Amino acid sequence: MLTLNSATVAFSAPGGPLVRAVDGVSFTLPAGTFAVMIGTNGSGKSTLQGSVAGTVRLDSGSVQLAGHDITRWSEHARARLVGRVFQDPRAGTAASLSVLENLAVAACRGRPAGLGWATSASLRSLAAERLGSIAPGLEDRLDQQIGSLSGGQRQIVALVMATWHRPELLLLDEHTAALDPAAADRVVQATARLIREQNLTALMVTHSLKQAASLGDRLLLMHRGRLALDVAGAAKRRLSADDLASRFDRLRASDQLDDTAARTLTELYV
Amino acid sequence: MITLLSTWTFGLALGFVALGVFVSYRLFSFPDITTDGSFTLGAVVATVLLVAGVDPLLATLGGMAAGAVAGSCTGMLHALLGIEPLLSGILLTTALASINLVVLGRSNVPLSGVPTLFDRGEKLLLPLARGLGFAETDAGEAARLGCMLLLAALAVLLLYIFFRTRLGTAMRAGGDTPSMARALGRNTGLLTIAGLAIANSLTALSGALVAQYQGFVDVQMGIGMVVWGMASVFLGAALVGPVRLGGALIGTLAGSVTFRLLVAAALRAGLHPDWLKFTTAAVVLAALVAPRFLVRRPQSQSIR
Ligand SMILES: Nc1ncnc2c1ncn2[C@@H]1O[C@H](COP(=O)(O)OP(=O)(O)OP(=O)(O)O)[C@@H](O)[C@H]1O
Ligand SMILES: [Mg+2]
Repeated sequence: MLTLNSATVAFSAPGGPLVRAVDGVSFTLPAGTFAVMIGTNGSGKSTLQGSVAGTVRLDSGSVQLAGHDITRWSEHARARLVGRVFQDPRAGTAASLSVLENLAVAACRGRPAGLGWATSASLRSLAAERLGSIAPGLEDRLDQQIGSLSGGQRQIVALVMATWHRPELLLLDEHTAALDPAAADRVVQATARLIREQNLTALMVTHSLKQAASLGDRLLLMHRGRLALDVAGAAKRRLSADDLASRFDRLRASDQLDDTAARTLTELYV
Repeated sequence: MITLLSTWTFGLALGFVALGVFVSYRLFSFPDITTDGSFTLGAVVATVLLVAGVDPLLATLGGMAAGAVAGSCTGMLHALLGIEPLLSGILLTTALASINLVVLGRSNVPLSGVPTLFDRGEKLLLPLARGLGFAETDAGEAARLGCMLLLAALAVLLLYIFFRTRLGTAMRAGGDTPSMARALGRNTGLLTIAGLAIANSLTALSGALVAQYQGFVDVQMGIGMVVWGMASVFLGAALVGPVRLGGALIGTLAGSVTFRLLVAAALRAGLHPDWLKFTTAAVVLAALVAPRFLVRRPQSQSIR
């Protein structure tokens, strides 16, 4: 279970105004929730994820995960509980290491590395099994440098890495944005399957309306650092692209969104 | 014959600097100027211990340990205080210049009459050298070379094994892509500190070996070592091509020996020794720039 309490992050770039990238956000994701988060550029989605992953410090408020108050934990300490896949495949995998060596590092997530042989036979067979079941063919490329795989293949390995040990929370920040549509589709399917099979709690940021409408059991809309919309349960399952459009209209009417933002959202997602 | 053998021995001794630079620069992308200071530090500490009557093996290990401390200091300046890699190394090397002078007591000390690691190795390997058919005049030098070959092989083997363990693999991952290592729970600051400790212990080992081999230590002997190491790493990479860890380590040693042989040939052909460091710098510059002209690749990939 993930809980944010009045989480606030403000940035003041030199010469610029103070930007409240995350402005007093509170919500709870019960264990097993697959939440999809949308919002315009600069609405604070990545900052919010960063404040959960530990790359961004909260100015005020707190973050609780799986019974721990992790507000002051370092990024690498939080990795014991959190699995992450980045937007850029190059940020989440070490290009000069082989696929198997990348998985070996993932297999040490949240535990002392130790001086055992990294690419043991048992790891190799487990890696072949897990990669092969999610992306047939990849299991034959364990000894290849991961930098020589395509972006989509790298993201699938990154997914397997993030979930090698079941994380208390899986964070995905536009992890299909750098891929062509076909590869993005494969990665999304792999994502949905891993989340379902391991019954993971997940928070996925996306700019794709298709993904937002079809995936997950909760929809969060960020706008100007706040949660402008939070739909769960049956309402989320019924939610279609058209519904999203009318939701945006209603938000605009209630003046929570200004006109340009609502137009951008409608263009982006509908 | 003797000069050829001793060129090989010297090239291998300096090969440990190349291995150190391989670890800091290739694995961690950290251009580590500490190399210049820790080379001298290793030589100075080993010499002082030898003169005090310490066993040569222990004295050499003592030099190595001092290098490891210097490397971790640089790592701490960078990882804990956020100082840039180049500046961290410059600060450490500047500080070490004083430390080296104070520890040694004066600017150079001869090692005559003190038993060194090579005297011991020579005694051990002399029968083998004679057995291999080396003339009596060459056998001693051949035995020293054999001794150096054994040490180099041991170093490459240990480095290979270490960097294929889980900890070593995590270190390589942290050097390659820090964001990935942190997301998987590794403290990349600590990994960098440890990596620089390993790199500088290798460099200091080189200094300790060179001092014992040439029979004296001079506080200036480390100047330009980081560039020498880079030249060897680049030359080694060009020799062996794109290979895995093991091949790259062996290539680095081969690069050092090859570079030493080239230098010897250039000196024999009439290059004035004063121009040596200039030549080394020119070689590194060429190696840094050449990939941009030879292959059309995105710039971010041109070096690594
Ligand atoms: N390190 C930083 N320094 C200053 N301002 C920042 C920093 N990081 C983010 N911001 C600002 O915070 C706001 C939120 O940025 P954030 O990256 O969280 O948006 P996002 O919703 O992820 O956008 P996108 O859809 O483009 O990824 C933006 O106004 C951005 O300019
Ligand atoms: Mg973002």
